[in-house]
Amino acid sequence: MYVYDEFDRSFLAERVAEFRDQVERRLSGALSEDEFKPLRLMNGVYLQLHAYMLRVAIPYGTLSGAQMRKLAHVARTYDKGYGHFTTRQNIQFNWIKLEDLPAAMAALAEVGVHGIQTSGNCIRNVTTDQWAGATPEEVDDPRLWAEILRQYSTAHPEFSYLPRKFKIAITAADHDRAAVKVHDVGLRLHRNAQGEMGFEVLVGGGLGRTPFIGKKIRDFLPAEHLLSYVEAIMRVYNRFGRRDNIYKARIKILVHEIGAEAFSAEVEKEWEAIREGALHLDAPVVEDIRSRFITPDFAQLPDHPAELTGALENPAFATWHRNSVHAHKVPGYSIVTISLKAVGAPPGDATGEQMEVVADLADTYGFGEIRVGHEQNLCLPNIAQKDLPELWRRLEAIGLATPNVNLVNDIIACPGLDYCALANARAIPVAQEIAKRFADLDRARGVGRLHINISGCINACGHHHVGHIGILGVDKAGEEFYQITIGGRADEHAQLGTLLGPAVPYDQVPGLIEDIVDAYMELRASPRELFVDTVARLGVEPFKERVYAAH
Amino acid sequence: MTSPLQQKIKVTGPVVVTANRLADGAVVWRTAAGTWSTALADAAVVTTAPDALALLEGAHERDTDAVGPYIAPVVKGADGRIEPGNRRERIRVEGPTFALPSDTPPTDPLPA
Amino acid sequence: MPLIENGRLIEDRYVVPADEDALPDGVPLLIPAERFLKEAEALKGRQAPVAVLWPNNRRIEEIEPYLGQLSLIALQFPSFRDGRAYSQARLLRERLGWRGPLRATGNVLRDQFIFMLRAGFDQLDAAKEDDAAHFAEEVGSHSVFYQPTGDGRPSILRARLGRVAAHGTTN
Repeated sequence: MYVYDEFDRSFLAERVAEFRDQVERRLSGALSEDEFKPLRLMNGVYLQLHAYMLRVAIPYGTLSGAQMRKLAHVARTYDKGYGHFTTRQNIQFNWIKLEDLPAAMAALAEVGVHGIQTSGNCIRNVTTDQWAGATPEEVDDPRLWAEILRQYSTAHPEFSYLPRKFKIAITAADHDRAAVKVHDVGLRLHRNAQGEMGFEVLVGGGLGRTPFIGKKIRDFLPAEHLLSYVEAIMRVYNRFGRRDNIYKARIKILVHEIGAEAFSAEVEKEWEAIREGALHLDAPVVEDIRSRFITPDFAQLPDHPAELTGALENPAFATWHRNSVHAHKVPGYSIVTISLKAVGAPPGDATGEQMEVVADLADTYGFGEIRVGHEQNLCLPNIAQKDLPELWRRLEAIGLATPNVNLVNDIIACPGLDYCALANARAIPVAQEIAKRFADLDRARGVGRLHINISGCINACGHHHVGHIGILGVDKAGEEFYQITIGGRADEHAQLGTLLGPAVPYDQVPGLIEDIVDAYMELRASPRELFVDTVARLGVEPFKERVYAAH
Repeated sequence: MTSPLQQKIKVTGPVVVTANRLADGAVVWRTAAGTWSTALADAAVVTTAPDALALLEGAHERDTDAVGPYIAPVVKGADGRIEPGNRRERIRVEGPTFALPSDTPPTDPLPA
Repeated sequence: MPLIENGRLIEDRYVVPADEDALPDGVPLLIPAERFLKEAEALKGRQAPVAVLWPNNRRIEEIEPYLGQLSLIALQFPSFRDGRAYSQARLLRERLGWRGPLRATGNVLRDQFIFMLRAGFDQLDAAKEDDAAHFAEEVGSHSVFYQPTGDGRPSILRARLGRVAAHGTTN
């Protein structure tokens, strides 16, 4: 965990007071809605179909038990008792009142949590691998660099009114769980041949109505230059990004229109002028920030302790263990994913009680640390293997031990037309119906890893372009229709899915997905060949033939 | 952006003006008396573009009551009641189309 | 509109000439960039101060050869949501070395005052009377800044190091 200090606390207190004043000015009429909207957005406050929505930042997906408990408190006191974890490692409260927001924000600030820069045309919450600091795969803890970027980008005077929103993601592992190739800036931390640490820098990735895979503009940026280089990118974007058309305002359009080479040349020129300036990350600055991450005091424990091996004789526990428990860098410990995808439940939602149980479990077994992944699941990154059976028992008791992580019913879905003012079609009930079709988890396991992503409109909050199966809701003369793509992926081999065929109406979607899955079962070279690899090998055609023949 | 008042308005059936209440975001409808109500039944229903525009103009007069007023279609039900004219508006009236998460789970659990 | 400098209301001495009119003598002028660039040579001989109103979609680097003959530079916020002038301001201050008055004009609102000061503006042409009255309150409500800019305010990034050094002597 990163520990906020007096600077962070003063900053937050000032922001809460400022927003309280802005809300008062809005309610009194001193601020018009046009003036207030960007201010509330900068604090994570949207107006949706039924109510205001507060999006709370969970910087790089890391929460303490105390913070999670406070989220539960806000859910109960100011909302309808639940919250929705998003694809950007944030949480959203869907029913909050404007007049209650200052109080809710003050409550969150008590534990260092806020909604700052979860919306608006600014640098958004920086995201990273939810296994950061725990996985044996990484070269360094990416949260350190995400935290440096969080501080740098918070209330940045030059970059708070960008042409459009700006999202940065970091991975420090070869296997990318942070989807860095589909972000405005994607950073891959790695070591060069000399063993020095630096970033591969990608720009101009993104989804939405014009999806792009990010383009590499640098193989290796020495880590000490991270901030100056990011500032150079931001400045080029702020100056030259399009502002004439909201749909062409993201950096991906600028990079696409002038070309990655010309864009890179502008950035390098700008960077040359500032690289040795005030943003240079001297070792003491980095070490100071690193020192305020509390590293768990891991015990010396054996792998596969008797408590675990004994419990594995219980088939239900063994199934969950195979599915939801992952290798840790420290012997005797594991990373645990908590599925928020109970079959038939809204993906990513957690009730106040569930949040509190997770907070207690984190405090009891997991050094007080909780993570949120972009797949809309939670994670306890540091669990002793001997505690896994008890942890599982308590998760199961509250509906949080569905062993379907990465399976066909671990569906990513945006809030869709049930909440969102931008949506054209519903997403959550589509996810629920598909999940029910695969409620037999033996069947789902037989299918293997398969990511379904659903977006209720072209803005693509459900990341449908990079779903192994992507589902996009569209409106056709007042009716909900859904376009299906297959073969997308968000990882280190990121690519956009290919359209399977004509859009189908709401009622036909679950059946169509089952047909796609059946086609895969028939077409795959072996049970080890994942869905997405079968699509890569055979293309879309064989799927199209089988699926549309049936409809 | 074009102000909603400058947009061409096409009215092909009964419509109302709706918005969200500033203080709490609640869905509200414009009444014939020039107030806002949380009940669709209280909404002023008009059928021509000039009437709709007049209703919308009234709704824009004070922006401290309601936010983002717009014209939405309605239909008259068999019993004469006004009902929302499309799915989006129906969801705004009735809420999400699935059971909201709750600490007390529904009594009809799904098969494990 | 009220013009604020160093927290005080000041008189706007500058006159913006109408298009194509002959430039009046003896008064400080605030001239749109396009015209200024056309007439820059002739303007060199002028006694009264000359300022330029620079649009936010023109590269600010083009102004560099003329800095010596300018008494003020005004940058524009056509809408407070259009943040290009923040970059222009920082480049003027931190790259091109402009030390003279730098004015923010257009849709200049109190909720952005602090950003403008941090970017290097020292004159704010407030769009609302009431906002100018709240200048001190608005700016005073911010005391911690994470990132360094050229405005000289200490950033948390560095302030923490001071604290680390201080602790270092006791630990």
